[in-house]
Formats: sequence, structure tokens, C-alpha cells
Amino acid sequence: MRITIENLSYTYDRRGRGRFDETIEVNALQGVSCTIESGDFVGIMGQTGCGKTTLIQLIAGLLTPTAGRICLDGQDINDRSYDRNVLRQAIGVVFQYPEQQLFAATVENDVAFGLKYSGLSANAIDERVKWALETMGFDFSKVRKQSPLALSGGEKRRVAIAGVLAVQPKIIIFDEPIAGLDPYGRQDFLELVAKLNDNGTTIIMISHNMNALAKYTKHLLVLEDGRLIMAGETRAVFLSLNNDLQVRGIRRAITEPQHVAALIAKHRKCQCQDSFRDDVVTYDDLISALKGYLLGVGGGGSA
Amino acid sequence: MSVIVKGKDISYSYDFGNSAYALRNVDLSIAKGEFVYILGCNGSGKSTLVRHLNALLKLQHGALSVAGFDVANENDMWQLRRICGMVFQNPDNQFVSSVVEEDIAFGLENYEVPRTEIPAKVNAALQVVDMAGYEKRATNSLSGGQKQRIALAGVFALDPEIIIFDEATAMLDPEGRREVLAMMRKLHDVGKTIIAITHYIEEAVHADRVILMHEGAAIASGKPQDILTDVQLLKQAEIMPPMPVRVYYDLLSLGIRLSSCPLTDEELAEKVCALRSKI
Repeated sequence: MRITIENLSYTYDRRGRGRFDETIEVNALQGVSCTIESGDFVGIMGQTGCGKTTLIQLIAGLLTPTAGRICLDGQDINDRSYDRNVLRQAIGVVFQYPEQQLFAATVENDVAFGLKYSGLSANAIDERVKWALETMGFDFSKVRKQSPLALSGGEKRRVAIAGVLAVQPKIIIFDEPIAGLDPYGRQDFLELVAKLNDNGTTIIMISHNMNALAKYTKHLLVLEDGRLIMAGETRAVFLSLNNDLQVRGIRRAITEPQHVAALIAKHRKCQCQDSFRDDVVTYDDLISALKGYLLGVGGGGSA
Repeated sequence: MSVIVKGKDISYSYDFGNSAYALRNVDLSIAKGEFVYILGCNGSGKSTLVRHLNALLKLQHGALSVAGFDVANENDMWQLRRICGMVFQNPDNQFVSSVVEEDIAFGLENYEVPRTEIPAKVNAALQVVDMAGYEKRATNSLSGGQKQRIALAGVFALDPEIIIFDEATAMLDPEGRREVLAMMRKLHDVGKTIIAITHYIEEAVHADRVILMHEGAAIASGKPQDILTDVQLLKQAEIMPPMPVRVYYDLLSLGIRLSSCPLTDEELAEKVCALRSKI
């Protein structure tokens, strides 16, 4: 399913929050336009307060735009005649700290909740729940009757995601899903998301983790103060953002491999040598660049 | 240097021994003014351990003294909370007021600091976290890094000796993380004892010491240069090594040997260039 966003704006009304009880308007999003194709893995990045969460809430139909349109396969989801059931079944949302959404007495009931009014038979629901929990790496027979609240933090998060998966949405939106996970936990989780994407699910993921965005996403949307300042293929966006930092004389880099590559390129001992590859974004890029550089086979070519 | 935290044989179970222990026989010693990182995978007991220091969790087994106070003595709890401040993960969950200066004053008011002295202490705390001028701002209008700095100012205003950061950078964007890390170094420089927990292992490379935890036990303690380059030890703790260390070993498997294992991006670049200049 294709998502088309046209000139989208959203303004929060803070009623009576001003000094003289007047209403303050906060422009959270202004004139955002982009298209997300079926099967894409899109990352959304930007500083705290730039409008990332507002954008995904609009896409999921949880907020109504102040201006502009969001279309799912050409249908405006905020049109009066639009069937919202289509949207609800098409898009699953995993919010920040999804483990806080668990509520049922057993893991299987929690995961099955979203299927309650799906019209599926009891057997079909059981099958679906089993599939969702196994996809999230659980032993179904072991976990089904446990209380979700007695599980560890990481397990709770996976149960909550299984609940979204069970509905088999074509599009899944993750809002900062890996904050608080340790690096191996992050990696396992992202591999799983990548697998869902390989099987055709469109993924939209907000993250502050640049290395994760660089490695896993196909396209990136970069927001700043409610505006979409950059959109494109992930590698190109990272290279361009990094370039921008260098041009402005900021010594930082976007990803850690980019940082190392920039340090090597600027190192005094290397000034007289061939220059270091300038297209490093991910860890794998860095290793292949170093291999070329240190084995003396030249630094050209892209990963 | 004098010892400010001294723990012996600390064990803890969230349901009094009915299930696995979250802490197992942990010995802990931290010097006054030290900058210590506690590292470990999810569920290794890091947060459980630090929550004993200011008696957020009640000591079940073993002994622990912090700045001369016995944490098991409930009469000292009030003092202890002031001496040992804590900044948590989620910036939005730490505010009690919607105005910056009121939020910072909250702790001082609770400790019955005379009203006339509070504004000066609030201003001093804002200066320390580089947020002077934000007194009247609404807490919900701040960025993530700014929120954590305000939370830190609230802790700092009470003049603690120890400040604990329990994954205080986990939810921040890269800019916010840099801000908070800079604050931690600054407070260390003025003599505070800093104890920090993080899953961003590269944050720990400049610490005085790192402690590794795994399954409730403290399995290693030492200088970052020694601990964080010991891949066997890190594997045992289920911790991913810092990126420069991974690069070193991946290059080694390709037959490329750097002069020694780097810990920081700068060291890695230095060693790569040193090797390259010999080719």
C-alpha cells in the first residue's frame, strides 16, 4: 500500500496556556510532502520536538491534519466517506515503551485482543497468535498462559509487538523502538524488523540511533522544526548530511563509522597518501574501506 | 582517595528469593570523586544495584555504606537521598512542576531550605547546567537534553556528593546526549562522584573505571582501556565491544594488524594512519 502525503501541516492548540489565558498555536508540522512506497523501510530522524511523532500519528489517522492530505492507495484517510476499518487493519503502530500497553491476564489474550472483532474463527485466531509470538522469538506453549506483566522488559516489548503483528498489518510504524535495549537486544530486534520488511511489510521507524538507521533503512526522512528538510535514499542522505556538517566546519559526524573515516581522511600522516574513501556510512563500509586502504589495493569503489 | 561507597555481599530479589536473584553477592567500592560506569546487558542488575545507594530499594542482604551512612538505617534515608542524587532515563517523568525554576526549587523546599536562600541556589544550579535564563520557561517546551539538564539542576541544587545517571542519555537525540555527557564531565571536574549506567558503551571510554555486571554479579572492574578491549570478558558479559575494538578484531581476521587495540575513534584513526604510512 502506498502512502502519499501532500502538503501536510498540523498545529497543536494549547487552549488557555498563554500568559493571558489566550490560546497558543504550536506548529508541529508545516507543508510536509512525500510518498512511501509499498515494501519500503523508511527511517524518520530529527531532534526532539521536530515533529516526528506528530507525523506518524497523522499517518496512522490518530490526529486530523490542520491542512493537507494523507492518502492510502489514493484514498484520503480523512475524507468523510473513508472507511476507517481499512486504515486500522492496514497500519499497526508500536508506540514508545510498548510494554506499558500490556493489560491482559495472559500473554495469549493480550496478543489476541486486536483480533477480537476481526471475524476470524477461534481456531484461526489461535493460529495467528501462535504465529505472532513465534515470529517474535517466543516458545508459544511456554509463554501463552504466563502473565505478560511478570516478563522482563525486553520480553514485554516483544509481546506488545506480537499483538500488533497478529493483525498482520501491511504497514508497521515504530516510534523509537530500541531506546533502552542493550546493543545485542537492539540488533536482534532490528534483524527481526528487517525480516518483516523482507516479507513485504512496509516499515516506518523513528529513531535517534544513527548507526541503526544507516544500516537498516532504505529511505530517510529528515525533519527539522516541523519541516521536511531532506528525503531520499538512506546512503545519499547520510552522505549529504555529513557533507553539510563538514562544510559548516563542525567536526562531528552523523554515524560513528563516518566519524572514523573523517578522522582518517584529515589525519596529518595520511595527507601525502591517497585519500581515504569518502562514501563510508555503515560499519561494513568502514571495514571494506580499511581493507582497501591497508592492503594497498586502493581506496576506490563503493560498497 | 577516601572511599565514599562501600558495599559487601549485596544480594537482592524482587520477590524475596522466590525467583531469580537480581543481585548476587556484589561487593562494591567507589572512591570519592571517582567517575564510574556500570555496564551490563538488559536484566544484569545495574539499576537494581544503584537503587540501593540512595535506598530506593531496601537492602535485603549484605552491608552498604554511602558517605558514612548505613543505607539499612531508615533514620538516615532523608540525608542519604540528598547526598546521593539520581537522574533517570525518561526526561518527561521527572518533572513535578511546569515551570523550570519551580521544579528545581521543589527539592530545596522539601529540605526546608529557607525561602530567601532558594532563588540563589536555583540560579547557581541553572548556571552549572548552562541553562541560566530559562527560569520562567515551561518544562514541556524544552528539548530532551535540556529537560535532562533541568532534572540534573534539581539534583545539583541539593549539593549532593554523588550523582547517579541511570541511562540518562537513552532517550535523547545525539545533540542531547552530547549535552548531558558534557555536564557529567563538568560535575566530575568540580569534584562530584559520578556513577553512570548506559548501553552506549562508547560513552564509558573516558571514565576512571568501569564495572561489568552479568546476571546480578559484578564480574569485572578496571580501567576502560583494559576492560573494554577484553573481548572474551565482554562476550561473557553479553556486551557488544566498542566499535573501534570490533574494527581491530575484524581487521585482524582479514590479516591486518594494527599496533594495538584502539578504544576510541581517534585512536583507531591514529593507528590506521600509522600503519598506512608504513606501506
